[in-house]
Amino acid sequence: MAAPAVRRWGLRAGHLGIVGLFTVFTAFPFYWMLITTFKRETDLLKRANNPFVYNEPPTLENVRILFEETLYGRWLANTLFVGLLVVVITLLLSLPAGYALARLTGRWGERLGIGIFLTYLVPPTLLFIPMARVIGDLGLQDSLWSLVLVYPSFTVPFCTWLLMGFFKAIPPDLEEAAMIDGHSRLGAFVRVVVPISVAGILTVVIFTLTLVMQEFVYALTFITAARNFTVSVGVPTFLVHGDVYFWGSLMAGAFISSVPIAILYNLFVDRFIAGFTVGAVK
Amino acid sequence: MTHGEPRRRASWVDRAEWLGPLMIGPAVLYIVLVLGVPFLLALYYSVSDISMGSRTLGFVGLKNFVSVVQTIKFQTSLKNTFVFAVVAQVLVMALGTVLALALARDFRGKWIVRLLILLPWVAPISLGTIGWLWILDSTYSVINWTLEAVGLIGPDGWYMWLGVPWLAMGSVIAIHVWRILPLATVILLAGLTSIPHDIHDAAQMDGAGFSRHLFQITLPLIRPIALVAGLFGLTLAFTDMIVIFVLTRGGPYDTTQVLASLAFFTGIQGGDLAEGAAIAVFLFPLLVAVAIGFLRVARRAEVQ
Repeated sequence: MAAPAVRRWGLRAGHLGIVGLFTVFTAFPFYWMLITTFKRETDLLKRANNPFVYNEPPTLENVRILFEETLYGRWLANTLFVGLLVVVITLLLSLPAGYALARLTGRWGERLGIGIFLTYLVPPTLLFIPMARVIGDLGLQDSLWSLVLVYPSFTVPFCTWLLMGFFKAIPPDLEEAAMIDGHSRLGAFVRVVVPISVAGILTVVIFTLTLVMQEFVYALTFITAARNFTVSVGVPTFLVHGDVYFWGSLMAGAFISSVPIAILYNLFVDRFIAGFTVGAVK
Repeated sequence: MTHGEPRRRASWVDRAEWLGPLMIGPAVLYIVLVLGVPFLLALYYSVSDISMGSRTLGFVGLKNFVSVVQTIKFQTSLKNTFVFAVVAQVLVMALGTVLALALARDFRGKWIVRLLILLPWVAPISLGTIGWLWILDSTYSVINWTLEAVGLIGPDGWYMWLGVPWLAMGSVIAIHVWRILPLATVILLAGLTSIPHDIHDAAQMDGAGFSRHLFQITLPLIRPIALVAGLFGLTLAFTDMIVIFVLTRGGPYDTTQVLASLAFFTGIQGGDLAEGAAIAVFLFPLLVAVAIGFLRVARRAEVQ
């Protein structure tokens, strides 16, 4: 009589255990950043102290140092500057391209679409060497504009693919009605299709911003002056002086610029997965 | 378009065969210029004698490849790349399947669990890895502290997580798994939830036990999508250098050096563009294999 109940409890406990273990594994570093952010230097650097608790009262000193004595604020501004420009470029290139692939180019468009998607797989580590040279020749070495020029190379392919799927889901009748009303197809695209694609455009904006935030290799390659770095490179390279690690500020910097963007991205991750697996599901 | 022929005369720019290329042209042009040209340059650099300072671009044939392949640094890196990528990706797929199966069931608080599990993927990777750098610190590692607190190691037995060759390799693999696992999990989860309910019901009705149900029904059905997750993960594992750059810079003694990081240190920091390019070009065949895999998945999906 009791056996099925025991079995069910066992299954539930096992399930909970698996989910719990994985959650600790994935989230622990972020929890650890948060704890460390408010710890005093003297507390951190005493090996005998229990690292899981505050042995000395928490402090905001690390955050103050981060914003007042390092270039962190500037790195955030740089990242935002590059991010917004890349968003604009990505939308200008991907919106028409995605629409053309969805509506205007039959069979060859499909092939081209897959080709464009595949370029998303080309890793920066294959291209950074010639790119460093080309960026130098263009006089963009150590300038944020080098990032503005290169970053769309990984946002455009994916966003084009994403928008293509999005436009395919819009009923063609809408544009046809607008065209009967006297709009050209281009006019119908601009006045009818784009305004009802706000959700798709928003997805592109979020992805582009997070991808820019995450990018590391190109920024590390093209930028040399500390004040021109983006957050993802500035924090791991410039908050470390020789062998001296400012752990408190380092963790504060990592936490502040990773968790908010992660939560934002999380809201859109299903669309990302849907775009990614087009064709493989169903 | 059979219904609703536009009433006004269509100008040439409005015809699909003109407007299509016109609208897609800028994106294609940009991709060709910013990805295609550097790619061809990478191939050319690898057979030239270019360096950061010089303006010359002489053709030297396979000299760079020959000299690169002979170095111990390269041989170690090549071996490390395969160990790193294959071990990490096998772990990612195995753990991702378990986690996806666990997440496919409904339970309370699932949304917050999902957010916590996704964190490593959605947070900037270099910043997440910095967290690990502190967790694995040789003097203040919380892992060592915990191991000592529960009595598994003595005060002198603290592990140098990033300072001993096999531990360092283990650490960078574990952290790469940490970073890719969320992506594999959500992709596999998308596959699991796309299986129609009646298939599960039918299996239950036929009396299939847990393991038969899993191995003969669920897993075969998510194979195509698992292939996508696997291929993408493999590309990242073979070509990425962020985790290794932040944690070990390839050390100790190149025991965690991979092709991507070696190309960076040789070509960018060392200024030897030609040799750096030659090293990076070794990544290309791997990419071609992955691209072919993707195309086969796409074609199969088209046929169905």
